[in-house]
Amino acid sequence: MKTQLSKEDLLKAYRKMREIREFEDRLHKEFATGTVPGFVHLYSGEEAVATGVCEHLNDLDRIASTHRGHGHCIAKGVDIMGMMAEIYGKKTGTCGGKGGSMHIADLDKGMLGANGIVGAGPPLIAGAALASKLRKDGSVGVVFFGDGASNQGTNFESMNMAVTLDLPMIFVLENNGYAESTSPNYSAKVGTGNIADRARGFGMPAVTVDGNDFFAVYEAAGEAIERARKGGGPTYIECKTMRYFGHFEGDAQTYRPKNEVKEARVNDCPLNRFVAAVTSEGLVDAAELEAIDKDVLALVEKSVQEAKAAPQPDLADLMTGVYVSY
Amino acid sequence: MARKIMFKDAINEAMRLEMERDESVFLIGLDVAGGAGTATLDKERDSWGGVLGVSKGLYPLFPDRVIDAPISESAYIGAAVGASACGMRAIGELMFSDFMGVCFDQLYNQAAKFRYMFGGTAVTPVTIRTMIGAGFSAAAQHSQSPYSMFAHVPGLKCIIPSNPYDAKGLLAASIQDDDPCVFFEHKALYTMKGEVPEEHYVIPLGKANVVREGNDVTIVALGRMVQFAEKAAKKLAKDGIECTIIDPRTISPMDWDAIYSSVEKTGRLVVVDESYDVCGVASDVVGHVTQDVFGALKAAPQMVTAPFVPTPFAANLEAAYLPDPAKIEAAVRKTIQAKCAATVA
Repeated sequence: MKTQLSKEDLLKAYRKMREIREFEDRLHKEFATGTVPGFVHLYSGEEAVATGVCEHLNDLDRIASTHRGHGHCIAKGVDIMGMMAEIYGKKTGTCGGKGGSMHIADLDKGMLGANGIVGAGPPLIAGAALASKLRKDGSVGVVFFGDGASNQGTNFESMNMAVTLDLPMIFVLENNGYAESTSPNYSAKVGTGNIADRARGFGMPAVTVDGNDFFAVYEAAGEAIERARKGGGPTYIECKTMRYFGHFEGDAQTYRPKNEVKEARVNDCPLNRFVAAVTSEGLVDAAELEAIDKDVLALVEKSVQEAKAAPQPDLADLMTGVYVSY
Repeated sequence: MARKIMFKDAINEAMRLEMERDESVFLIGLDVAGGAGTATLDKERDSWGGVLGVSKGLYPLFPDRVIDAPISESAYIGAAVGASACGMRAIGELMFSDFMGVCFDQLYNQAAKFRYMFGGTAVTPVTIRTMIGAGFSAAAQHSQSPYSMFAHVPGLKCIIPSNPYDAKGLLAASIQDDDPCVFFEHKALYTMKGEVPEEHYVIPLGKANVVREGNDVTIVALGRMVQFAEKAAKKLAKDGIECTIIDPRTISPMDWDAIYSSVEKTGRLVVVDESYDVCGVASDVVGHVTQDVFGALKAAPQMVTAPFVPTPFAANLEAAYLPDPAKIEAAVRKTIQAKCAATVA
């Protein structure tokens, strides 16, 4: 699979993952200084999932995201400068400062929004997929959700409806081991240990992959998306991964083993694994990756500085954008 | 004279005309074709055409665009919302408005808020059609009129037609509208006949209909209550009490200008609503009028609503629960007899 990707594709994928990591790690630091408003949920550690899936998508394909949405936005091509400004609640933000971290959306990019309601995405993407099917334009819908949302009725209803209506839809479960503080070992007791096995009962293909392995995610997503584009219906992909920060910024994470994240950052980091895979096979030079690191670092730095300096929304904006006409 | 058809056929005709005009319009709901997965459904004929036959005949015309969903309101109402955010114009049929509890998030937190949260960029032209109303011994979970809960949400529009002509024109306007619309159909009106032109037309959302004009009292009545108000007004007219009846047609947006200018003329207000007077349309209208045109009032405004109890099953209890012409007449007479404290002072 690795060799099927061109060097350009590999560098593009790496850049996305690095952008996500840098964006989130930087937000973690900024949040600690008290300058970031509101509730922030970070995606560090799960980069291979969003990137491995979205590398197959174009702007006509729709995704729905979660409260932990920054990674999906970046992977789907949402502008990083606008995202950072949005998170700071500024007029120059993607949503004019009216949505914030949990509601970043860019409809032109096929990004239907991060979402503050756990399990809200599956019905919306079923609708996006239904639109694709009615228009016969070959586009697909992808919903990202966590192990917590895997227990929502919306998810089960949408799995059944996607099969019933034969929708070009992909369910991407990001199983990061914690629904807030609760383990899926408690709240999603599937006998096999793989939540994806539920999906087979609904009558759709389902796989569980190592969500920290970009290439495993890329391959599973590629197969599912190709099948959906050809009218082969929905697929469920479970990606086992880990989040490096708390449920939200400020979470003391009293529910986690002490060294869990520290060890994962060393032994199972999706970026490190990607680098090792592509450099050991000589597909990419380490220097090229380092150049990307530098670029991304500068981009994120710039995004923070500009976001901090940007103006707040005008007070008149309070009353605009509720209706198209009223 | 224009042809007379039933309210439910006017709704069917509006959907058919919009689906003919615009390929992005589709209907999704429970049994809207009916018989899916059985031998009774084929391209030539539908089976049910909706639980009360409102969408009968649409499936053979638009077999790809009349879609039966599993009984999963969250999934298919959410799909109607999602598809509409992706360039389609969905009509989602939520059979009874009482069932909103199982799918409300998709309207309340999703459809209603996309545009604002996303900085004014999203357009979600979804229309949800749903039944309201008591009077059929359908008891507490199939008889409610919970439109004020939807009207309370910025981002949604709420439409309540009272006759076949309005039903067709308002539904066409709702489907064409670029905002999420919730369209409430009173089941007791489905068989009501009225003049309805065959051609396509729209009635603008947010424009009240002045059903009757009189100088003594303003009656604001919604949906089925309009015909009850008309009965009461006819009787009162025999005693020389002349009522204006305003049918708001939509409660979000509400045509405040129409209500205020009438109250400024009559000085008396009665609001008739089949729903409750607790945080409802009636209390809202009284509140706004009292705040904004207090000086015009000659008497305390009156509300004629259902009492604050679930809809009962037994026929005698249900009859007592519902507003009726006699209750409206009594409320009007009260405003004629009473003097507003402000006037006395």
